[in-house]
Parts: sequence; structure tokens; C-alpha cells
Amino acid sequence: MNELPLFPPQASTMSAEVDNLFFYITAVAAFFTVAIYICLGVFAVLYRRRDPRFVPRPILGSTILETTWSVVPLGLAMVMFGWGAKLYYDQYTPPENAHEIFVIGKQWMWKTQHPSGQREINELHVPVGRPIKLTMATQDVIHSFYIPAFRIKRDVIPGTYTSMWFTATKPGRYRLFCAEYCGTSHSGMIGWVTVMEPGDFENWLSGGASESMAQSGEKLFSQYGCASCHSNDQPGRCPPFRGVYGSTQQLTDGRRILADDAYIRESILNPQAKIVAGYQPIMPTYQGQISEEDLLRLLAYIKSIGQRPQPASEGIAEGPARGTMGATPAPREATTNPQAPTKTGRPPR
Amino acid sequence: MRIASQPTYAEKVPINYLNAEHGLKSWLLTVDHKRIAILYLLSVTAFFLVGGLFALLIRLELLTPQGDLVRSDVYNRLFTMHGIVMIFFFLIPSIPAVLGNFIIPIMLGARDLAFPKLNLLSWYLYMIGGILTLYAVLAGGVGTGWTFYTPYSTVYSNSHVMVTAIGVFITGFSSILTGLNFIVTTHTMRAPGLTWSRMPLFMWSLYATSLIQVLGTPVLAIAILLVGIERLWGVGIFNPALGGDPVLFQHLFWFYSHPAVYIMVLPAFGVISELIQNFSKKRIFGYKFVAGASVAIAVYGFLVWGHHMFTTTQSVYAGMIFSFLSFFIAIPSAIKVFNWTATLYQGSISYQTPMLYAIGFIGLFVIGGLTGLYLATMGVDIHVHDTYFVVAHFHFIMVGGSVLAYLGGIHYWWPKISGKMYPDGWGRFSALVVFVGFNLTFLPQFILGYLGMPRRYHAYPEEFWVLNVFSTAGASILGVGYFLPLVYLIWSWFYGPEAPANPWQARGLEWQVPSPPPTTNFPAPPLVTQETYEYSLEEAEVV
Amino acid sequence: MSETLTHSQHGTSPLQHQFDDLGQQWHANTIGMWLFLATEILFFGGLFVSYLVYRSTYPEAFAEASRHMDVLAGTVNTAVLIGSSLMMALAVQSAQLGANKLVQRFTLLTMFLGTVFLVIKVWEYYHKYTEQLIPGANFAYEGAMRHQVEMLFVFYFVMTGMHALHMFIGLGLLTYILILARRNAFSREYFFPAEVVGLYWHFVDLVWIFLFPLLYLIGAHYQGPVHK
Repeated sequence: MNELPLFPPQASTMSAEVDNLFFYITAVAAFFTVAIYICLGVFAVLYRRRDPRFVPRPILGSTILETTWSVVPLGLAMVMFGWGAKLYYDQYTPPENAHEIFVIGKQWMWKTQHPSGQREINELHVPVGRPIKLTMATQDVIHSFYIPAFRIKRDVIPGTYTSMWFTATKPGRYRLFCAEYCGTSHSGMIGWVTVMEPGDFENWLSGGASESMAQSGEKLFSQYGCASCHSNDQPGRCPPFRGVYGSTQQLTDGRRILADDAYIRESILNPQAKIVAGYQPIMPTYQGQISEEDLLRLLAYIKSIGQRPQPASEGIAEGPARGTMGATPAPREATTNPQAPTKTGRPPR
Repeated sequence: MRIASQPTYAEKVPINYLNAEHGLKSWLLTVDHKRIAILYLLSVTAFFLVGGLFALLIRLELLTPQGDLVRSDVYNRLFTMHGIVMIFFFLIPSIPAVLGNFIIPIMLGARDLAFPKLNLLSWYLYMIGGILTLYAVLAGGVGTGWTFYTPYSTVYSNSHVMVTAIGVFITGFSSILTGLNFIVTTHTMRAPGLTWSRMPLFMWSLYATSLIQVLGTPVLAIAILLVGIERLWGVGIFNPALGGDPVLFQHLFWFYSHPAVYIMVLPAFGVISELIQNFSKKRIFGYKFVAGASVAIAVYGFLVWGHHMFTTTQSVYAGMIFSFLSFFIAIPSAIKVFNWTATLYQGSISYQTPMLYAIGFIGLFVIGGLTGLYLATMGVDIHVHDTYFVVAHFHFIMVGGSVLAYLGGIHYWWPKISGKMYPDGWGRFSALVVFVGFNLTFLPQFILGYLGMPRRYHAYPEEFWVLNVFSTAGASILGVGYFLPLVYLIWSWFYGPEAPANPWQARGLEWQVPSPPPTTNFPAPPLVTQETYEYSLEEAEVV
Repeated sequence: MSETLTHSQHGTSPLQHQFDDLGQQWHANTIGMWLFLATEILFFGGLFVSYLVYRSTYPEAFAEASRHMDVLAGTVNTAVLIGSSLMMALAVQSAQLGANKLVQRFTLLTMFLGTVFLVIKVWEYYHKYTEQLIPGANFAYEGAMRHQVEMLFVFYFVMTGMHALHMFIGLGLLTYILILARRNAFSREYFFPAEVVGLYWHFVDLVWIFLFPLLYLIGAHYQGPVHK
């Protein structure tokens, strides 16, 4: 009981922006609080009852005053609205080049997996200075992924993918919480986000898994029997997959939709919902037969053969870079990495 | 008509609503709004003690970071039951069903509410709902959070969700019927001359509250019904594994539960308006704005529910609309605070117990209201949503606001209700204790929230320890502050000095009948010739 | 409005103690019922909104499910209910004229048609049971999108079940009107119990007027968006 922090550390590009807005609101709030307290205090003393028979002169009101104290606060509030809405938009709109990491919430732990295959539990390692996009799913109830030092959180809702992103700015270890009540050990669903220098992160990654998520996905593709119908390139009874992800698909009912994460997910779990034009609704549902983790791996695989333009500066293993990480030895499942740098962060306890 | 048989004021031992009849049956089958108010007073007090006990255990658990007092499942049930009992069984009925029931007909110059039997039915529904919920507590409790979020509540929780849901469902109808009764009464039972623009502000705010109760509660009822059906038969309505959308439940739930916040705080506004005017002997500054603000809040209240869901799958643009509208609802609340403050200007302010609660209310509501701005601001809400910041914010509104106003109102109308005076010194002392205890409990929680401590945590990281110790210390002081009025008010009921008809030299029809009032309130319908708050005419008008 | 009627003068006054005159009592009862109907609208509104959300999410599944509805039974029931509304309106008019005998006759007809509706409804439910389309209990539909189809049946049973519950309550209220009419209680001054119950009955009919097309009709003809 020897520490009394009063303000959370700022460790992402968003932190300072949220804090600035926070300070603006605080300034406005403080101004009004103080003004009203002073009025209350002054009136309370000046106009205390001296003579019980004295009846004060009634004042009916003042439209000018009423208008002033409605319009001025509304103006100040509109600044909050506009500023807050812009931040919100930024917070939930990941940049194109963001490095994607997958997160699964389950009662009561966070499982994360990097595209290159490393898996962690209640831990997340990320490099400093690079936008990270988290694609999140939950296996059971609603959870909420929350990193106070980054000023960011997002609910993880069953039956769909949600995403959030951030760019860490300071190496260190930061708290990770589940913010949406999820049952018995809700308060145990916590962990650490470790922000590393890019070089350290490369090292950490290279000590990683035997196969990338896309590779696992490719294996699952045969295991679940998808390959018996869907080939990658040849159109048969089922649509081929190469180039599907990120493209626009024409459906039998005439709609055109973007083949994104949500669409791929729905097409596996509930294949009858959106049938691509020219095909029959013959695929059985996989609802309840495939775990969220496997789904994400299949997704990674389908993405890896998708239409995504290949970014020139791929520093670390990205989805499309199939096989590049394949040569690393010894799979490393789940790991708390005690050697993670803790130079600037709060010491782990 | 029965009025003719009522005693006149001149009689030495007047018959009043308390001594008119005796026996348990005369209470349990009464249709007198004043007796029903007493029934509510006893029951909401009992539920407040139950909810308070849960709060105490929560704070004790959080005294240390480890989660060592109770198991996590027990803790989860404690905060769930604390929320359910306090919201549905204390805060929502407190001011309307106790003070409103007692005062509204008298304030309007009526003999009773428009539907006295319906009023009694409301109390029975409330009690049936309450007893079912207490049964759920005794059977092991419910651990879904008071929000019943799906799919946790329908698929995963193994606690007594069904019984509690039925309890809340039934109590909802009690709330609907009370609201309906008040609206009809306000429309049809006003004394001759009591026009809308002369109506006491307490009436205006209860009218606005009742609108929300009538229009909001059925949506909660249907949401809970669907949760019950999904849970009982295992069919898919909100369960995503069966094609449902859990966020739809949140929409339905908050469509009621955000306006429900105003069900809790609007009546408080009404009480405060009465107190501020009476104890400064000054007509409210800007009557029309204060009255209109109540109705505006009731209407706007229905348009902002989505601000509880900024972190869900709700679209970014829908979120922006909800955020935008949320700022608009801040304005009527601000208008009220400014007008109360302006009313004090050049007044003749006395500091009896009810006034201390009123001033305390303004002080705390200012903080509660302004911290709402952080939550309406989307960029900041992302950070503080579901943290102790939110917990602190709504406790400032509901405890610092509603509970303080309820206590203020109880102290103000206690002489009328009981016919006895309470010791004002003790009253003022306990008001002070409540104020200090409250601030010590909840101010640290704002800091905890911004630091990132999530709500509903049974155990927490050690860096949050010190602030939690403050909070628990404050809670114990707050507990004492609540306990004192319980003692001296009960004492005064039996041993207090007789109260005069109008101990505060207040205006309003309720102060023109004896304390306690006779069963039919007025010997004949009173004629209202002035506005309610003409303090300058007071000397001439006192009967 | 409350001045339109004056103090009731007859012996067994239906005037309740809290009111000054029958006009006030009528006014209060009417506003009370309208407010109650507002509550009901919000209650059914929550169901309708949920139904619409899912219908727009799963149009094919909901269309498939509504092909299992018995359109003929639904149509007959709609006609029956409209007929009962007419009888109710006549009963109210008779009450306003103080014609207690006619009130009895029309109230009985209203109740009869209401009962016919419920009997047909039960018959429909029974068929759903034999076709094994009761969600949660015996749901045997095994096509694609089973859960989504089941969901429409959940809404079908909840919505029509809630509606039927309201019909039962309505029948109880009508029994009360029948008793009042047998006691010759209605007069040109005192008729509002019939009026208020009439409001309720019309509202319940109106709910069905929305339920019928939503559950039985629009799905059956769903072809999907125009094929390009």
C-alpha cells in the first residue's frame, strides 16, 4: 500500500489526445463548479435569515440570463461533442497498414495470437511506434478489451468480430483488463501488454511458433473438409478463394458486398445467409463445430490468399508472408515472457 | 358525500388519517393515499437497509486488493443485488411512491388520487416483486449485474435469474400504474384555480417522471420477458449461437434504463425546488424554465440511450447522434441548477435540516452532472466506460442527488406525515455526516476510474489500494449518516413534540391542512387564488 | 371537458368518493385508459422492433418460416376480430344511450366472436404442435438456417401469445360490462365503463391488425430483392 498513482501513464499516440480533451472538459467543469460554489457560499452568508418576519422581494426571472446560461454551456458542450466524435472516429478506424493481431476472449482469459503463429495468454507483446490492429472474438459472453495506458477499450461481442487499434509510444509493461462483467472470475481476466523496441520485438517473434496462423489455417482447411469442395483457383460447385478476401462479391439476390472478416465468418457459420451469384446453397453450417480460434486461423489463411495489396515495407511477418516463419524451431505456446523489457514501465508485481 | 362527516378543524382531538381506523387490516386494505404512502415508506426503508447492507459488504471486500472477504461469486451477487434492490426497489419508488403519494393529492387540493384502488394494487405488485427478489437473494442470489446483459444472463449464469427477472417484471407494473395514477390525477383532480402555471414544481417534476414510467417501463418489461423466454426454453432471441444479437438486448434495456435515471432524479429536482423556495422564502427564479426543464428532460431522456453503448458494435455514426443528443440533455439540468442558485439571491435563508440537504444536493449534483459530460464525450468515454469513473458519476446523481433529496423531502414533510417534530440539531448533524461521508466515498472513485480500475472487480491490482481504502472509510461514515435519521425519526414518531399545521411557514395547500391530515384531506375542495409561492402574502393567508 | 356532465342525481350513485362529479370521473377514467394503451403500445412496440430487426437480418429465413403459417385461419380470425370490434362499438353506443338490453346483446356477441378467435388460435397452435414447430419444446424443422427459422416461431408464439393473453383479459372486462348492463347500470350520464373497455378491446384488435400481415402475409410472398 505504498503507492498512490493519480494519473495513468501515457503510452500510446491516443493517450495524449484523450487526456487533452479530458483536461478541456475538466477546465469547463471546474469553472462551473467553482462559480456555483462561490455563488452558493456568498449567498448563503449574505442572505442568511436575520429577521424571521422579513419577506424577500420575489424575482420572477430573466429570459436574458436563462438564454445566456443555456447557450454558453451548450456552445462549450458542442466543442466537447465535436472533439470527442473526431477522437472516437480515429480510435475505431484503424489505418490501412496496421499490423494485425488476433484476440480471443473466453471466461476468464485473453488469448492472443500473432499472424506468425505465436500464442500468448493474458499477455500481448507489441512493438513501439507501429499501428497495431486487434481483431477480436469471444467464445462465450461479452468481454471488453481495455488498456488504460492506451486510453482504449472495445467490447468483444459473441457472434461477431470487433476491432480496435493503437500505436504504442513507450516501451514498458501496461495493465490489460476485461472491462465488461463476464462472470465469476471477471476480475481475474487481466494481464499485461508489453511494449518493446522494434528490434526486441523482432527477436521475441523469431523465438516463436512453428507455423504461422495462415499455415495452420491451411491445414484446418483440409481438416474440416473445406478443400473437398472449395479449391483455391478452380471454380467448381463452390466459389474459389484466391482473391476473394477484400474483393466485392455479387450475391444471388443481387446485392453486392465486400468480402471482409464479418462476411467470411458468416459464410462459414451460416453459409445460407449470403450466397454468391452462380452457386447453389449446398454448404452445411459449421455453427457450433468450429472454435473461434480455428475460425480466426481459417480467416488468416483466406486473407493470406486474398486480394490484399502487398505492402512494400513488411518488416515483420504479416498474413501474406506464408512460410517465411516456418523454419523456426520449438513451438512456443503461450508465454509469459519474464525477460520482457521493463525499463520504462511499471515493474511487474 | 363523506366530506360532510369529517371533523372540523376546531375540534380538540382531531381525527386524522392515522387514528381514523385501527388494526392491521385497516392498513393492508386501505385505499387512502396517505396510508399507502406509509406502507411504501416502511417497505422502501426496508429495501434501502438490504441494499445498504450489500453496499457495506462490497466496500468491505474492496478494503483490500486480494478479494479475501468473500468468494468472487458471492461478490458478484452482492453488487448485482445491490444494484437491483437499490434501483428497482428503493430509488424508483422512493420519492414518487412515498412523498408523491402522500403529498400530491393534498398539494392539488384533492381527496385522493384518481384511482385509489389501483394505488393499493401498485403497492401489492411492488411487494410481490420485492418478495420474489428477496427470495432470490435468500436462495443464493443472482449474479448477472443489474443490467442482465445477454448472453451471460440467458445462457451462462447459473444463478437465480428467473425469479429475479419475474420480480423486476412485476415491480415494473407497479411503477407503470403509479405513474399512470399520478398523470391522471394531475390532469383531472386539481383544485379550482390551480392552473398548470400555478402548479407546485414538485408536481411538475413528478408529472414528467410519470410520463417516463408509463412510456419507458413497458420496454424493460418486454426485454426482461424475452430474456426469461430465452433462458427458460433455450431458444434464440439474443443468443448469437442461435442467430440472436446480444446488442439488441442492450438497446431494449437502455431504452428504459437510461430514462430510468431520470425517473430517479426528476422527483429529486422537484423536492429541491420546494425546499430552496421555502427555506429562502423566495419564489423560484424562472418558474417556467424550471418546470419546462423537467418535461424537456423527460422527453430528451428517451433519445440518448445509445450513449451506454459506445464501445459495442453500434455504428460510429449512430454513436455520434446519441452523443450529440446527450449534450442537449445537459442543458435543462444546468438551467435548474442555475435557477436554484439564483433563487437564493436576496433571499432570507434559514438553515434547518431540509435546507442543508438541499444545498448539499446542489453541491453534489453539480459534480454528478458535470462528470456526465466526460461520459457523453465519445473519445473520453472509450477510456472511462465501465470503470469506477462511471460508478462515481452515477452515485453522485443517485445518492448525492436522489437520496439526499429524498432525505431532505422526508425531513421537510415529516411533520405533516407524522404530526411530530424531530430534533433539528440531530438532523443537521446527520446531514453533515452524510455529506462528508459521501464525498469521501465517491470522490476517490473518479480518480480510480481515470486510472483505469474497471467496475465489478472482486479483486484489483495493488496500485488502486490507497484510494479504495479512502472510499471504504467514507462508506462507513456514510452508513452512520443514514443510520442517525432512522433513529431520531422513529423516536420522534412516538415521543416527538406535536407538529403545528405549518411548522415552516411554508406555502402550498399541503400546509393548510392539519398535521397529520384528516382522511379526506380537505373539508371541502379548496379554491386557489394565488400562485403557490407567494411568500409575501403569507401572513394574511395562514389559516 | 369535465364540465360536459353534471352531478349524478340517481340513488345508487356510481360516483367514487375521490371525485367531485361524474364528469371528472369519466375524464379520469378515459385519460387513464389512453395512458394504459400508450404503455401497451410501448410494450408491443418492443416486440415489434425486435421482430423487425431480425426480419431485416434474416429475410429468407423469416420468409421460409412464415410459409408455415395458416393464412386461411389468420384471415378468418382477422374477419372475426373486425366483427367483434363492430359489436363492441355498438355495445358502447347502446351504453351511451342507456339501452342496457342492447348492451347485453352486443357485449355477448363481442365475447362470442372473441372466443371464436381464441378457439381458432388454439387450433392453430395445436397444428404447430403436430407439425413440431414449437420452439424450445419440439422443434423439428431441419432445413438450412434452422435457428433463424426457429426465431420467427419464437416471435410468432410470444406475439400471438401476448395478444391472446390480452384477449382473455378483455373477455374478463366484457364480463364486467355484462354484469353492469344486467343491473341496468348504464344511463346517458353513466356509460364510461363500457367506453373504456371498448377502447381496450379496439386496441387489442388493432394489435392483431398489425400482427396478421407481419407474421402471415409479407413473408409468404418474399422473393428476395429483385434478381439482376
